[in-house]
Amino acid sequence: MALLSLENLWVSYGKVEAVRGVSLAIEPGEIVTVIGPNGAGKTTLLSAAMGLLPSRGAMTFDGVDLRRLDIEARVERGFCLVPETRELFANMSVADNLLLGGYARRRDAAGRRRALDEVMERFPRLAERRTQPAGTLSGGERQMLALGRALMARPRLLLLDEPSLGLAPLIVREVFHIIASLHGLGVAILLVEQNARAALETADTGHVLEAGEIVHSGPAAALMNDPKVAASYLGGR
Amino acid sequence: MNAQIAAILAMDGIATGAIYVLIGIGFVLIFAVTRVIYVPFGDIAAFTALTLAALETGHVPGTVGLVIGLAVLATLLEVAARLRARRLGGLPRAMLLTLVLPLVPVLAAWLAAGRDLGMAGRVALSLALIMPVAPLLDRIVFRPVADASVLLLLTVAVVLHFGLVGLGLLFFGPEGVRTQPLTDAMFTVGGMNFSVQTLLIVAASIVFSGLLFLFFEFTLAGKALRATAANPTGARLMGIRPATTSTIAYVLASLLAGISGILIAPVTTIFYDSGFLIGLKAFVGAIIGAMASYPLTAAGAIFVGLLESFASFWSSDFKDAIVFGVLIPVLLWRSLGFRESEEETEE
Ligand SMILES: Nc1ncnc2c1ncn2[C@@H]1O[C@H](COP(=O)(O)OP(=O)(O)O)[C@@H](O)[C@H]1O
Ligand SMILES: [Mg+2]
Repeated sequence: MALLSLENLWVSYGKVEAVRGVSLAIEPGEIVTVIGPNGAGKTTLLSAAMGLLPSRGAMTFDGVDLRRLDIEARVERGFCLVPETRELFANMSVADNLLLGGYARRRDAAGRRRALDEVMERFPRLAERRTQPAGTLSGGERQMLALGRALMARPRLLLLDEPSLGLAPLIVREVFHIIASLHGLGVAILLVEQNARAALETADTGHVLEAGEIVHSGPAAALMNDPKVAASYLGGR
Repeated sequence: MNAQIAAILAMDGIATGAIYVLIGIGFVLIFAVTRVIYVPFGDIAAFTALTLAALETGHVPGTVGLVIGLAVLATLLEVAARLRARRLGGLPRAMLLTLVLPLVPVLAAWLAAGRDLGMAGRVALSLALIMPVAPLLDRIVFRPVADASVLLLLTVAVVLHFGLVGLGLLFFGPEGVRTQPLTDAMFTVGGMNFSVQTLLIVAASIVFSGLLFLFFEFTLAGKALRATAANPTGARLMGIRPATTSTIAYVLASLLAGISGILIAPVTTIFYDSGFLIGLKAFVGAIIGAMASYPLTAAGAIFVGLLESFASFWSSDFKDAIVFGVLIPVLLWRSLGFRESEEETEE
């Protein structure tokens, strides 16, 4: 059974339909990417799946109807979003941001401490800056903090909205490296990206979103070799 | 005025200010977490004083009826909301919070009627009785409009204040009360006599502000409150429920307001409607802190206390007129800061 399944999802801002009948599924531990140009509706899709925006259509997570769960209940079940805007707590220290990432598991103090150690080990740069306010971090460090904070919740599914946005090429490589390594933890990932090449290299399955509709789908490797996809999204690089 | 009188007035002013500090900090806390300017905090303080007075005379305090009414109403709303959303799973826990927990101190008050609890017992029971009031009102009044604008929330808070004054008259009656002094002891510094009670008031204010600071710095719940205040969406994405943080904020702020009510009860005669002026002066402190800074709010509240103390020496009839007359320019200046901090949070 799919871990997350979206069926015929529609999301609108007033009269503007930003997501138009999208269906997709993610298996446990799988990395699925949704690529598409700016304004295609990628952020809207993730926000609706998380419950930040109202939507029409069917959504289930681990067999449970998502409409019965509010945002916080989704997080408690291991359904976590790292939004495009990161939403870090800028005035609070790196360590406090990470601690709050484990809030959904607040009754499991030992597990939280273990998760904190693991995240610090995975992101040594965060460990060095643990007492520094999150607002003073560089772009790459902020993205790592956002990822680390999400990992504190022991997610089963991570929704990542443009993790490479605004980062220098070298840092982008590092971030995708980290995303690929999460595979080893058994975390399923729904990765939304404009950086199509890197996303398809990392993912198992890919979907191309244009103007709110999925226009191509398939194994990530097949999409990379699809001339239409290559012409629109991979050209020149 | 000689130096001796000035010193006594200053000591009095600091003690009065210390009482406002606790309520002012509550204003900042509630505004940060819920965006509500909680006008009725003064009423919470006054009701605590009235509760303590009733316990001293061996009566069942009016707070008992108030809490029962609010708990029943909040529970009905909770059940209705859950039936409508078809989310009955969390109902037992919600009933525990909105019905069982608030009724524990009510039961204690009944069992204690006619018995001598001692000063500490009476103070503890008064605080326990007042603590559920604001969180239950939050559930009943503010949660349904939680996403409204700051202005609408303020309007609701003002209406709530008038509603509470009416309930105060109903449950506590029109008589003014003054409780027994916490202590009659005096101490002498440089040939001048000061009361130990004044010292206790200042100490209590420092201790409880300090405890709140420790809560914010060192507990996960405290950090969750700061996170909600700084970034509500980010906090929700961590699984921090706004309803939970606002309940915690109201419990803490009620505790602070309740303590200030306990401290003011032996030094001033308190009526069912005395809360407004107390709250207003504490609110001025919070505005001096731009509704955002705890230390500046504390300094502002002390400043208001000092102003009041010296004004009442010059003319006790015009005390409040002098206080607010001097404060208006300060407020105009500080409100610019408030507007800035509000824009920042809406960013
Ligand atoms: N808050 C909003 N109100 C109205 N329209 C919006 C809003 N957010 C996004 N849109 C519109 O919805 C479409 C999809 O936006 P978005 O999901 O942000 O795209 P992407 O993340 O793929 O760049 C765009 O046409 C955008 O202009
Ligand atoms: Mg986007």
